[in-house]
Amino acid sequence: MENIIKDIQNRFEVSDIVNQRDNITFVTCEKEKTIALITHMKKNLGFKHFVLMTAVDWIEDGLFQLTYILNNPKKKLDVAIRTFISRENATMETAHKLWKQVSTYQRELKEMFGIDFPGSPRVNESFILEGWNDIPPYRRDFQTKEYAEKTYFPRPGRKTNDPSEYMKKNMS
Amino acid sequence: MKKQKNIFNWQADRSKYPEKKKNGKLDIDMSSGKFVKLWQGPNHPGITGNMSLELTISGDEVVEAKTHVGYLHRGFEKLMERRLWIQCFPTCVRMCVAEPDYNEYLLAKSAEELSGIEIPEMAEWLRTLVLEMARLQSLLRTVPGQAGTLSLGVGVQWGVYLRDLVLDLFEELTGGRVYHMYIIPGGVRGLLPDGFKKRMEEVLKKIDEFVKNIENLMFNNIVFKKRTIGVGYIKPSWIDKYGIVGPNARAAGFKRDVRKDYPYLKYNELDFEVTSEKDSDIFARSMVRKKELIMTIDLIRQIMAKMPKKGDIKAPTPNVLHWKIPKGETYVRSESSRGEYGFYTVSDGSKTPRRINLRGPSYTHAISLLERMLVNANIADVHSIMVSLQTCPPEIER
Repeated sequence: MENIIKDIQNRFEVSDIVNQRDNITFVTCEKEKTIALITHMKKNLGFKHFVLMTAVDWIEDGLFQLTYILNNPKKKLDVAIRTFISRENATMETAHKLWKQVSTYQRELKEMFGIDFPGSPRVNESFILEGWNDIPPYRRDFQTKEYAEKTYFPRPGRKTNDPSEYMKKNMS
Repeated sequence: MKKQKNIFNWQADRSKYPEKKKNGKLDIDMSSGKFVKLWQGPNHPGITGNMSLELTISGDEVVEAKTHVGYLHRGFEKLMERRLWIQCFPTCVRMCVAEPDYNEYLLAKSAEELSGIEIPEMAEWLRTLVLEMARLQSLLRTVPGQAGTLSLGVGVQWGVYLRDLVLDLFEELTGGRVYHMYIIPGGVRGLLPDGFKKRMEEVLKKIDEFVKNIENLMFNNIVFKKRTIGVGYIKPSWIDKYGIVGPNARAAGFKRDVRKDYPYLKYNELDFEVTSEKDSDIFARSMVRKKELIMTIDLIRQIMAKMPKKGDIKAPTPNVLHWKIPKGETYVRSESSRGEYGFYTVSDGSKTPRRINLRGPSYTHAISLLERMLVNANIADVHSIMVSLQTCPPEIER
C-alpha cells in the first residue's frame, strides 16, 4: 500500500492521507486531477473493481465531497479518493467510460444531490424520483419532515388529538 | 426468408431486427410496427420486489431493456442523517428485507471502528452465527426460487417451509422473525437460549434432506437444464467492467469472497473453500448457490461446535442516547448471499451520522448488467435471467 500511495502522491499530489485500516486508505485529490488519478489507478495499479461512488454534503463549507472507492482484487487493497466541489456550481467530470455502472451512480447523484456530470449517459433521466420539483432531497438543506407535512399531512378526514386532552375527555 | 419446414428448423427473422445507426446505437422506430413496448412489473410474479423492466421487443426477442426503480424509495440514508446512531439500527435493517442482519452488522462495525471499540470474542461468534443464519434463510428462498421461475413451484414451497423454521430460530434468539436488531454497537443483545444447539441441528437435518431433493428437482431435471444451460451468459470480461460480485462472479470462475479475501469476525477460524463454476450461465449460478447452501449448513455446524459456552457479549460503550462518534470515515464490507455488501460511513463528530451509504450488489447487477444481459434474450427467459442475478430492489433505492 505504501508504494501505491507514494506513487499517486508524486503523480497527483494527493493530500489528507488517512490509513483507516491496513488495507484501506483515504486520500484527497483536486477536482481537476481526480478522473486522471482514477484512470491511472485502474489501468496501471490494478484497481479494477469499482466499489462505489457517493457524495457527502458539507453545507457549512459550501462544498460537496465526492468519494470514489476503488479496489485491487489481486492485492486486496482499497483506496478511497475524496474530491471537493462547490455546492453552487456542482459539476464534475464524468467517469462513465471507465466502468459501466458508473453512469448509474452519476444519475443518482444528479437527482439526489443536484451534482451534474455532463456527458454521462441518461444523467438527466429520473432515477428514483418522478416529477420531483423541490430541491434535490439528499442535500442537507432539504427538510424531510417539513416536506412530508406539506405534501402528505394532514389528509382530508384525518383528525389529530392531543393525547392528554383526548384521555381527559374520554375518561370523564 | 425461407419458409419454415418444421419447428426444429426455426430461425429468428432477423429482417425485423433493428439496424444500427452510424453512432452504434440501435435504430428503433416505434412507429415502424416492428417493435412493441412490454412492461414487466412493478408488480409481477417474475420480479423480485418492486422494480419494473421496460422492454422493447421485436417478435419475442428483447432488443432494448431499461430497469426502472423508485417504487419502494423510503429515503433511509437521508432519514439516518437525522437520527442518533442507535436509532439508525431499526432503519438500516429495512434497506434489504432479504438479509437485514448484514446492515446491522455493518453499521455496528462502522461505529465501533470509528470509536475504537473492540468487541468480545463471544459476541464475534454470535455475530458470525447470525450472519450465516441470514445467508441460510436467504438461500432457502433463492435456490428453489430459480426453479420457481420455470414453473417448478414445489421447490419454492419446500424452501418457504424450511425458511420459516430458520425464522423460528431467529425468533428464539432475537425476538424478531424478519428484522432482528440483535447486533448492536459493542456486541450483541443476548446469549443462545437453552437447547438452541439441539433445535438448530434438527432444522439443519431437514435442510440436508431438502438439498438432496432439490438436486433431483432442479439439477437432474431436463426441463430445468434445457431452460438454464447456456441462457443468461455473463462474459468473464464483464466481471470488473460491470462490478459483478458474489455468486454471479463465482459462477464465471472468479473465486472472490469477502469472507476469505478480507476475513472478518470468526471466518478465519472456520474451514471452508470458496465455491465456483465456469460456465457462467443460469445453471452455473444456481449450482454455485446450491453449493453455498451446503457450505452454510456446514459453517453453522462448525460455529455451533466451536462457540464458547459463556463469555461477555458486549463491550462497554458510552450512553447511546448521548454518544458522539469521533470525526472520521470508513468503508466496511461483508459477504452477503448476493455478494459484496458494504457501508461507507462518515461521522462529523456529532450525535448523528453525517452520511451512510450502502453499496449493495443489486445496484450494479439489476441495472447496468441486467440491461445488457437482456438484449437478445427471449421474453420467456427475462424473469429467469433476472432472478439468477438475485436482485433486491430495496437496496438500489435505499
